[in-house]
Amino acid sequence: MRRVAVTVNGVHREADVEPRQLLVYFLREQLGLTGTNVGCDTTTCGACTILLDGKSVKSCALLAVQADGREMTTIEGLQRDGELHALQRAFHEHHALQCGYCTPGMIIAGLGLIQDDGELTEESIRLGLEGNICRCTGYHNIVKAIQVAADELTPTRM
Amino acid sequence: MTQTAEATQEQAKRYVGGGVLRKEDPELLTGQARFIDDIALPGMLWVGVVRSPFAHARINGVDGSRALELPGVVAVLSGEELAGDWEAGLPCAWPIATRSWPTPTDEDPRMPDHWPVAHDKARFVGDPVAVVVADSRAHAKDALEAVDVDYEPLEPVLDVEQALGGDAPRCHEDLGDNRCYTWTLENGEVERVFSEAPVVVKERYRHPRLIPNAIEPRGVVVQPAPAQGEFTMWSATQIPHIAKVTLSLTTGIPESKLRVIAPDVGGGFGSKLNVYAEEAVCLAVARRLGLPVKWIEERSENYLGTIHGRGVVQDMELAATEEGKVVGVRARVLADFGAYLQLVAPGIPLLGAFIYHGLYDPEAYLFECTGVFTNRTPTDAYRGAGRPEATYAIERTIDALARRLGKDPVELRRRNFIPPFDEPRATAGGLEFDSGNYPATLDKALELADYEGLRREQAERRARGDGKALGIGLATYIEMCGLAPSQVLSALKYGAGGWDAATIRCHPTGKVTVVTGTSPHGQGHVTSWAQIAADELGVAFEDVEVLHGDTAIAPLGMDTYGSRSLAVGGIALWNAAQKIKEKAKRIAAHDLEVSPDDLEWTDGKFQVRGVPDKSKTIPDVAFAAWTAHSLPDDVEPGLEATHVYDPPNFTFPAGAHVCAVEVDTETGEVEILKYVAVDDCGNVINPTIVEGQVHGGVAQGIAEALYEEAVYDDAGNLLTSSMHSYRIPSAAELPSFVTDRTVTPSSTNPMGVKGVGEAGTIAAPAAVMNAVADALAPLGVTKIDLPATPERVWRAIRDAKGGAQ
Repeated sequence: MRRVAVTVNGVHREADVEPRQLLVYFLREQLGLTGTNVGCDTTTCGACTILLDGKSVKSCALLAVQADGREMTTIEGLQRDGELHALQRAFHEHHALQCGYCTPGMIIAGLGLIQDDGELTEESIRLGLEGNICRCTGYHNIVKAIQVAADELTPTRM
Repeated sequence: MTQTAEATQEQAKRYVGGGVLRKEDPELLTGQARFIDDIALPGMLWVGVVRSPFAHARINGVDGSRALELPGVVAVLSGEELAGDWEAGLPCAWPIATRSWPTPTDEDPRMPDHWPVAHDKARFVGDPVAVVVADSRAHAKDALEAVDVDYEPLEPVLDVEQALGGDAPRCHEDLGDNRCYTWTLENGEVERVFSEAPVVVKERYRHPRLIPNAIEPRGVVVQPAPAQGEFTMWSATQIPHIAKVTLSLTTGIPESKLRVIAPDVGGGFGSKLNVYAEEAVCLAVARRLGLPVKWIEERSENYLGTIHGRGVVQDMELAATEEGKVVGVRARVLADFGAYLQLVAPGIPLLGAFIYHGLYDPEAYLFECTGVFTNRTPTDAYRGAGRPEATYAIERTIDALARRLGKDPVELRRRNFIPPFDEPRATAGGLEFDSGNYPATLDKALELADYEGLRREQAERRARGDGKALGIGLATYIEMCGLAPSQVLSALKYGAGGWDAATIRCHPTGKVTVVTGTSPHGQGHVTSWAQIAADELGVAFEDVEVLHGDTAIAPLGMDTYGSRSLAVGGIALWNAAQKIKEKAKRIAAHDLEVSPDDLEWTDGKFQVRGVPDKSKTIPDVAFAAWTAHSLPDDVEPGLEATHVYDPPNFTFPAGAHVCAVEVDTETGEVEILKYVAVDDCGNVINPTIVEGQVHGGVAQGIAEALYEEAVYDDAGNLLTSSMHSYRIPSAAELPSFVTDRTVTPSSTNPMGVKGVGEAGTIAAPAAVMNAVADALAPLGVTKIDLPATPERVWRAIRDAKGGAQ
């Protein structure tokens, strides 16, 4: 066991973890943040995407011990004062989710794109989402929702 | 008859027909949803499944001693040890015997034993052969690797055609051979029509196995209550009700002591329309140990142990006149069922059997399907189930006929369409279609796609010898939805009914609870059902709660699959609302001291004719019915109604999709330039949700056409065994779609709805492949099979050039 101290969604958390514990299961099973989902075992589907020190990463591809001392944002950390984040709102208003399983990872990936990139176009959004698989929506409305949220957020850059 | 989408909805409707935002979303958007892996119970143990690494092997023994020495391992159970835990094998609810429809069969269905854990032979790579139980996810996984199974490998049978050969290895020795059934449907003088027709085209299509890939893997949690002998099972399933009945039969747990809950379910596409070994195993282990247990599927397990779809070889023939009138359709199908019969596998080809003539009207029709056992993962329903195969066969062959006759595929389709109709109409396959206006749908699709413009551009590219070939493909389709009239299911030997149920409970405070027997997992029933109830009862959308997916809360139901939910469960709800209004009208009349005949339902309330200020709303009546201070003599207190609806017929959505592709003739790469979907699913409750269903279906259909295929090696190993090697398209590979609708209300049900969940997946493979074939035709390519990967397209071009490249 090894002690890991992290900041998740602005809250300091500490726990003992097995060295082999994946970050995603540390979040889900030790910290109780079950909003981040697991959809594959090959780091392909992106359901487990979170922000680690502001960058979107797949939390199934990291060990919990690698996150020691670092800062993370998960889907649970996006709302402010009970209000949906612009991306969550855009997903709702543009029907960008159906079963909702890929949604947390998709929203965080979209957030990563908005923070990283300059101008987002349909093409750059599509390329930027290459690591996130959705089986329900055909991506049409996801791309639209991220575009809408990006337009809303761009002047303030988060 | 066919109207614009907007004009069909009644003016008085406040919610139905509008793009109301989904009630389901807030919890899904914020990480507060509860999917199966989010459920953890105190003292819970983890179940792991040891799976055969061989496609075909005798099991000589299972030794769990090494595993039992590992930390946290509680039990190792072989198939033999578990054999006494089963009252019956895993269910196949749709056994089909050899027969010529409608002549009854004199043969019994050939149903192999399917035990949850194999104990004599393993019959596919992934077949469960033992179970481990441990105190954590990681310890269960460690234990799996330490179970020693003594296998004696046997030669596998993998190919459907070879499987039917006399000397093929046998998947199930007791059945004698690998044939499951041959089922034939014949209408008209098929032999004569084909022998006399001046034109006959004949095509063979290999439709690969597909892996459904719901993004949430499956999972099961069981909480036993040993003193009461009761069990609660949470399962990532589309079918909590069917699972409850069938798992009760498999495990012997009385149905009255088994509660099945589908929590939030992360997609299904048919893969969760099944009853699986792991559900039975978790119930059995929980019963043995008296402790809660959990099993969560890994994606690699999902590829092996969850059903695959499609996997058919289709020989399709059309007989036609020189002018292009199709007079005969003959389809012969070989269907790969894999190693065992899963829940409805034998019936899947029958869902296409009646519609291989598409939207056309031949005088002679033959469908024949032979189901075959192989040593591969069992197949079953995958989005569309039988209908994408049928649509693919007819629509590609219609294009082949157009090429043969030198006619435009649009013209050929128009010539053969069943003319517009709005009352039930007999068709060549023997079904009565409910309503349709196929030319209108095609016209709209062609207009949106700018078909003429595309053809002009194609001619220009061809004239200048452009290396990027433009291909234009269309697919029209018919689907049979709204599964299903119970009497028809009986005739087709399905083991259950096709009804569904709804309860409406009007609370004294004015709120309304709707309980539905459907089990949504992304389709938005909570929203659509609330729209229907709110409009029918004159209450606010926000005041309607919709409950589903728990057999204790919604005891009556047949669940969600086959685009049935609205056309069956939605109509049950509509009928329950009428029952509420019938009772409410009597109470309102009593309160208003008028005769019920003096009341009319206006603006969502009962109003005394001609006296607008004398009225009662449903919430008014619900309160009166609850206090019961003054009710008519023979009226019971309370305002609640249940309706169980058994549809009189299927519904028949139809549509026309147009696809334009660009094929790089150097690399074989196919890019979709434009995709237009015009669908007619009858009246629409929520156009935004309908559009979303089409988007997702089209994406899956494009994936089927261009990317996805389960590939096996000669030993029966799945080579495309992860999301790395099985190519699911991301946003980067797909375009935005153009969607629109025509509206031809169904004559089957009072709301005029048809269903839309599978439409995109049914049309898209044919539309895309017709476009690819159209692009390649000038290069001399006459045959291209699914999926049109760059390699396959490149090889087809090279072979057409005579191998010189």
